[in-house]
Amino acid sequence: MPEPSRVKSPPNHELPQMQKSKEQLMADKESYCTFRVDELYFGVEVCQVQEVIRYQHTTRVPLAPAVVQGLMNLRGQIVTTLSLRERLGMSPADADSRPINVVIRTSNGPVSLLVDEIGDVVEVDQELFEPAPETLQGEHRELIRGAFKLEGRLLLILNTSKVVSIAAHESCQIRNVG
Amino acid sequence: MDDFDDIIKEFLVESYEGLDQLDRDLVALEDAPEDRECLDSIFRAVHSMKGASGFLALPKLERVAHVGENLLVPLRDGELQLNHDIADGLLGMVDALRDILGNIEADGSEGDNDYEDLTARLATLLDDRPDGCDAVPCSAEAAGGLSEDEVSEVVAELNVPAPSSLEVNDELAAKPQRIHATPRPLKKLNKATKKVPPNSDTTRVAEQAVPEVSDSQSEEPVQKPVSDVGKVAEAPTPVVATAASQSIGNSGQTVSRSLVEATTKKPFGGSERSTSLADSTVRIDVELLDKLMNLVGELVLVRNQILQFSRITEDDSVIAASQRLNLITTELQEGVMKTRMQPISNAWSKLPRVVRDLASSCHKRVEVCMEGADTELDKTILEAIKDPLTHIVRNSVDHGIELPDVRVANGKTPEGTLCLRAFHEGGQVNIEIVDDGAGINVDCVREKAIEKGLISAEHAAGMNDRELTNLILLPGFSTAAAVTNVSGRGVGMDVVRTNIERISGTLDIQSVQGEGTTLRIKIPLTLAIVPALIVTTSGDQYAIPQVSLLELVRLEGDRGRDGIEFMHDARVYRLRGNLLPLVYLDEQLGLRACRKRGDHDEVVNIVVLQADDRQFGLVVDAITDTQEIVVKPLGSHFKGLSTYAGTTIMGDGTVSLILDVLGLAQKGHVLTEQRDRVHAQGSAGSADQSCDLQSMLIVDPGDGSRAAIDLSAVARLEEFGESQIERSGHREVVQYRGQIMPLIQLESGSSCGASQVEQSRRHTVVYSAGERSVGVVVGKVIDIVHDRFVQSNGELPSRCVIQDRVTEIIDLRELVGRTCPEFMAN
Repeated sequence: MPEPSRVKSPPNHELPQMQKSKEQLMADKESYCTFRVDELYFGVEVCQVQEVIRYQHTTRVPLAPAVVQGLMNLRGQIVTTLSLRERLGMSPADADSRPINVVIRTSNGPVSLLVDEIGDVVEVDQELFEPAPETLQGEHRELIRGAFKLEGRLLLILNTSKVVSIAAHESCQIRNVG
Repeated sequence: MDDFDDIIKEFLVESYEGLDQLDRDLVALEDAPEDRECLDSIFRAVHSMKGASGFLALPKLERVAHVGENLLVPLRDGELQLNHDIADGLLGMVDALRDILGNIEADGSEGDNDYEDLTARLATLLDDRPDGCDAVPCSAEAAGGLSEDEVSEVVAELNVPAPSSLEVNDELAAKPQRIHATPRPLKKLNKATKKVPPNSDTTRVAEQAVPEVSDSQSEEPVQKPVSDVGKVAEAPTPVVATAASQSIGNSGQTVSRSLVEATTKKPFGGSERSTSLADSTVRIDVELLDKLMNLVGELVLVRNQILQFSRITEDDSVIAASQRLNLITTELQEGVMKTRMQPISNAWSKLPRVVRDLASSCHKRVEVCMEGADTELDKTILEAIKDPLTHIVRNSVDHGIELPDVRVANGKTPEGTLCLRAFHEGGQVNIEIVDDGAGINVDCVREKAIEKGLISAEHAAGMNDRELTNLILLPGFSTAAAVTNVSGRGVGMDVVRTNIERISGTLDIQSVQGEGTTLRIKIPLTLAIVPALIVTTSGDQYAIPQVSLLELVRLEGDRGRDGIEFMHDARVYRLRGNLLPLVYLDEQLGLRACRKRGDHDEVVNIVVLQADDRQFGLVVDAITDTQEIVVKPLGSHFKGLSTYAGTTIMGDGTVSLILDVLGLAQKGHVLTEQRDRVHAQGSAGSADQSCDLQSMLIVDPGDGSRAAIDLSAVARLEEFGESQIERSGHREVVQYRGQIMPLIQLESGSSCGASQVEQSRRHTVVYSAGERSVGVVVGKVIDIVHDRFVQSNGELPSRCVIQDRVTEIIDLRELVGRTCPEFMAN
């Protein structure tokens, strides 16, 4: 199913319930909510994040794409949880691990991304940004917009609208990857 | 400007309601022209619209309403009797008003039409009356000699059309400057209202409604209760406010015309009932109700959790409190659900008018009767059925009910009856539209359907009357000889059905030719909350809507092992003698590999479900409960999955999936097109006799006659070319699937010899027994028919009439045994 490029949810400067930066947002700086998946360090623009909650029970959806971890009851609203490991083609987490839900706003309502560990909200200089190199190939290329060259590590920025757009018929393909 | 827009909006809403009421009243009045209360209601509605339009600077609206009012005055005064022409004129005025309102709603202007024709027509109607006195009852004496008692009556009257008085009062409270503008003459009213007895409606409403408003006006040197009452007189609705302001603006007269009229209305009485009705309702945004509904859903979940905690505690006060919480939550839930329910009369109200107009334009006479108008259903569903209902009713009047002379000739009353009936049944709302007209001519329907290529002639021949009747629901179907502005475009009933199916309803037509037609619509009470069966499979709970649930079967022990039988790979269960195909939920959901023969479950729970007109058994691990569930849509990630209809939140807060029975049936191959069609015909036959149908292959043996062969005896149909045919002794043979297959001729039953008519291709019916096959050569294969051929003694006749042709029935086995004894011997 061709997914139209989604309109980003309107910028909402209500920060999530986590460590806030003391400085005001500046023109050339942007805040990112960071988290770890496997050994990689990812970031999502803070204004896209609705909230971060610890592991919740989910109801699995048989026949759904493998990326879909299940459905979660978020205060009466039913939210789909997606496994970022699965989406990024990484090996599944240990059975006893308790992933964290990063609930992001999308044009189709909130969607939760399961990550291994939540990090700080960091403010980074836009000049440190560099798009993904050509060597990043395959279907994962469109999921990552680029990286901020932080000291000692790279902060990969997710293209959330691409991450959450999964059509049901992709299921077999993704299952094979996993 | 926003305030003004709000006023206009309020005015539009009220006026639309008023117009709907006008339609109803005018049609009712035609039947009972002496009904004072009805006349008063009409007069009041037109008048308040006129007043408001003057205030809101809508001159066209005002003029149209004015000429209408002029005509209404002699009617009300008894100088004029309502007749058909006048009713037409007044209804025309209602349409014009609606038209203008529509324009205002769309672009804020009154539109370009100046309605000269209408005003002229109404004026002519007015001139025709016997006495030509002035229409507008503007009498100076009445205005001048108005006593305070009369003024208090005026105030009481002003409260009449005030369904949303609460809202407006709040608004006024927020805008004190507008209240300060309350002009002098109104204070006179304030004083006057003091005279109203304290237990009267006005005072009570005032005290209930606007306690806080009084503060904002406390500068005025009037005692508090009085100012309250005065404000109610001004506040209730823009319409009333308008009336008051008009009177104020009219400085020359102490009391304006409108007030005088309101007063003169008094002698006719009968307004008490509507007063109390109007005061007891508040208009609320549906969005707010939806929000409330969601909140109540949340509360129910919390309640359930609290109840679970209270079970493990021994603190009596906690237990008592949680029980109270339980009760109150349940009541609250019911109450909020009720707010969304509306009587079906809301959707029916405009139908009498539709019928009246249509009947008079077709020169028919139709009486509308309604039963169960107070049957309630969810607002969204109500909205969704309005248009389909209108369409069905138009169809019934246009096609169904005959002209009066035709009816009399057929021994019916000249006046046709159209009956609307609504009632609850099995958690669903049934709506029936019954007319006593000509009924649906099935032959005509058949011809049209074939002519338009909707079905094939062969297919049509096998259909019963009920199926043929339901053909009118197909897209592109219309039996109307000519396209009229009423119907005949051939999109109607198809759209009706689509609309009804969209709200998961069903539409069924029954018709007896010459006696009438019944359309039955079945729709769920509400879409938001459905009763469901909760089942468990592989540790997860799933909900199955009870609409498609037929029964539950539980097999234990030996029966669990032996009850399930195999038809090759397909599992079936004998349910009262019929084979019920089984679908295993865990297998369909990919949670478990397919069971093999020999895998036995100790306990088998079968949920017997109906999908379209097929039944199948869904096997689940356990059946947990029945529950009312709140349906929530499935996210966009699951669009491709047909097995789920939605999601819901269970009592313990977990999310469960709602199964889509139809999708599941399709996935389990219970429903395929072929099977479905055959079954549909099968069920039609078994409806009147429990005898099984037989499928017959109709062939031409080669001499132009017809023969039928039981299809179950036919292995394959083949064609052999001349080159493939070889000879073995006195017999023709072909090599067929690695075997030598003898050919026999059906025509004579003899073996194929050289003397046979030479054909380039030989159509052959292959009969197989065990490993061996015989080819029976026929002239031509014509058709396959499904019908009942078995006679009462259980045997097949040797001849019968199929498709209007005498057909010989051939027992293939007997034929082969006779002509190829060596084949049978082997």
